[in-house]
Amino acid sequence: MRPQPSRMWVYLTPLMAVVITMIAGGVLFAALGKDPIEAIATIFWEPLFGEFAFYYRPQLLVKAAPLVLIAIGLSLGFRAGIWNIGAEGQYILGAICGAGVALAAYPSQSALIFPAMIVAGAFGGWAWGMIPALLRVKFGTNEILVSLMLVYVAEQLLAAMSLGLMRNPEGHGFPGSRNLQHYEAAHNADLITGSGLHWGVAAALIAVIFAYILLNRHILGYHIRLTGQAPRAARFAGVRPNRLILFCLGISGALAGLAGMFEVAGPSGQVSIDFNVGYGFTAIIVAFLGRLHPVGIMLAGLLMALTYIGGEIAQSNLQLPAAAIQLFQGMLLFFLLAVDVLVQFRLRLKRTEVA
Amino acid sequence: MKFTRLLTGAVLALGLAGTAIAEEKTKVGFIYVGPIGDGGYTYEHNQGRLAVEEHFGDKVETIYQESVPEGADAERAITQMALSGADIIFTTSFGFMDSTVNVAAKFPDVKFEHATGYKRADNLATYSARFYEGRSVLGVLAGRLTKTNKIGYIGSFPIPEVIRGINAAYIQAKRVNPDIEFNIIWAYTWFDPAKEADAATALIEQGNDVILQHTDSTAPSAAAKTKGDIITFGQASDMAEYKPAPRVSSIIDNWGPYYIERVGAVMDGTWESQDTWAGIDDGMVVIGEITDRVPAEVKEEALALRDAIASGEQHPFTGPLNKQDGSVWLEEGQHADDDTLLGMNFYVEGIKGTIPQ
Repeated sequence: MRPQPSRMWVYLTPLMAVVITMIAGGVLFAALGKDPIEAIATIFWEPLFGEFAFYYRPQLLVKAAPLVLIAIGLSLGFRAGIWNIGAEGQYILGAICGAGVALAAYPSQSALIFPAMIVAGAFGGWAWGMIPALLRVKFGTNEILVSLMLVYVAEQLLAAMSLGLMRNPEGHGFPGSRNLQHYEAAHNADLITGSGLHWGVAAALIAVIFAYILLNRHILGYHIRLTGQAPRAARFAGVRPNRLILFCLGISGALAGLAGMFEVAGPSGQVSIDFNVGYGFTAIIVAFLGRLHPVGIMLAGLLMALTYIGGEIAQSNLQLPAAAIQLFQGMLLFFLLAVDVLVQFRLRLKRTEVA
Repeated sequence: MKFTRLLTGAVLALGLAGTAIAEEKTKVGFIYVGPIGDGGYTYEHNQGRLAVEEHFGDKVETIYQESVPEGADAERAITQMALSGADIIFTTSFGFMDSTVNVAAKFPDVKFEHATGYKRADNLATYSARFYEGRSVLGVLAGRLTKTNKIGYIGSFPIPEVIRGINAAYIQAKRVNPDIEFNIIWAYTWFDPAKEADAATALIEQGNDVILQHTDSTAPSAAAKTKGDIITFGQASDMAEYKPAPRVSSIIDNWGPYYIERVGAVMDGTWESQDTWAGIDDGMVVIGEITDRVPAEVKEEALALRDAIASGEQHPFTGPLNKQDGSVWLEEGQHADDDTLLGMNFYVEGIKGTIPQ
């Protein structure tokens, strides 16, 4: 493939996918008897510039931060052809480990608690990511299946923690841990009140910058890209595939764990049975929508957050069914992949014409 | 423009929303945990919303948001409703508790009502139904109708409300048929047709011919229908499409009258924070039609218990009752108090298995 036109298309296709999604979504909303223009405007305009944007803009950051953080980690592996589908599980483990530190230290107000939680959260996600990594390296198991299955294990563990070990002793027997929002030393509060800028947002930004440097300036990033594009050539260039697997699954696990920890200590507040809401899976869409590029992922994460929050507003104001909003989000990935296929198909066609 | 927007923002954030926006219509918001088409729990809350609309007509505007995840997303959904000028907001699932508390603190002039929780504030009331009263009645039917003496129970989450229901059903089933045993599966969901169907199928394959459920979909009834002579019950909603069998009766949550009363109180300015826990006698818990699949004398027995509970003659938890470990819980003739019921985290004697810890 020629680098010049394909590169342009690579950046254009996500935008095209968004536009097509808007059109198809509009048709869907019209079929449901809603004004399509109003619905689309509610989803994309209202959160940013609407009457209550002062509340929604910070919420965009809160919603985008875990998506971006997880997607950045996933994108490294995806680039190298290492498929971590289980970020949701690593996210849960990060939350459990991070909250575990806080709950064990309760009610101490030591300044070390929050840093310790960060380390524990990253460790939890990393360790959960190491399971599929080691199994793949040692026994050649498929990391897609193992990491996905471990999500369900993590969910059971989460339920067990909410009902048992971490249950709030003052919670009248109801499941769920203490609310970390009420525990100052462990609370991942907004750095500036009302801004939505909590430590998770800062971590996501840092991750974007580091991933950018890693991929463009570091030999490891070169190895990752090379392995994805030409595995055989990568081996000749001195890449050790097993080390790369351990690195990619480890780093994506750690970042997902961090996301979980920041979430449990901040916006969510407690370890509960329903703590995870699918960030780990949505991040896969975000990673691809962002073209596996750090800056792209950041933008895609914000866009995804926008559809979430705008979708909620549309539900509440226009009484659109929740399923229609989910369908709308799903369309985004579908059209991205579809446009990709079409773009590649057309390129090939041109080449045969020339030849 | 920007400055005024900022100002409005500040005013709203201070919680003066109610006074700042003078509206003729009373705006009533509902936050649902499932889809309104679940045919069960959320469906009935939505029926309650429609009842409010019908009763007050042009004087109210109702809005709702369905399938709201519990946790951080719920807080945003509730805030959004408060921002958009709702006068009263009903949050209809236990998992919305902390979110509702947080938002209620930010909007002192908006009234909040949280279902099945225990945290209250000046502008935050709680309400719940004594579903366990209905479970007692179903327990009689279950105990009488089982042939294998094995009764399956699909639990959602091992929280007091659900455990209370299991105990209430077990006590009555055991009373009418001492040979029965309960087999409990925890689905860890309120609404997931696939999981619920799996649980029902597993229970049926283990020989349970009566299935009770504390999850919200009709999937267990659908699964039972394909498996021969199995008995199921409607949960939260009548689930009448599975009449006359497998669904032989149901517990219906009837929220309409309560919602109308509370919205009316907001209109009159008489709304106060309170804790409501209403049962069969208040009409909040309704036993759905008992079909002809049930022998007449069994039906009579179940209805008699229903009436006895409604009149206060019979309490679903009356001693002598022991806890699962054999220790005495209630002496002869003693009734369980509401505090114990609200925090119930033990099985009564005879139920096998342990509550997930």
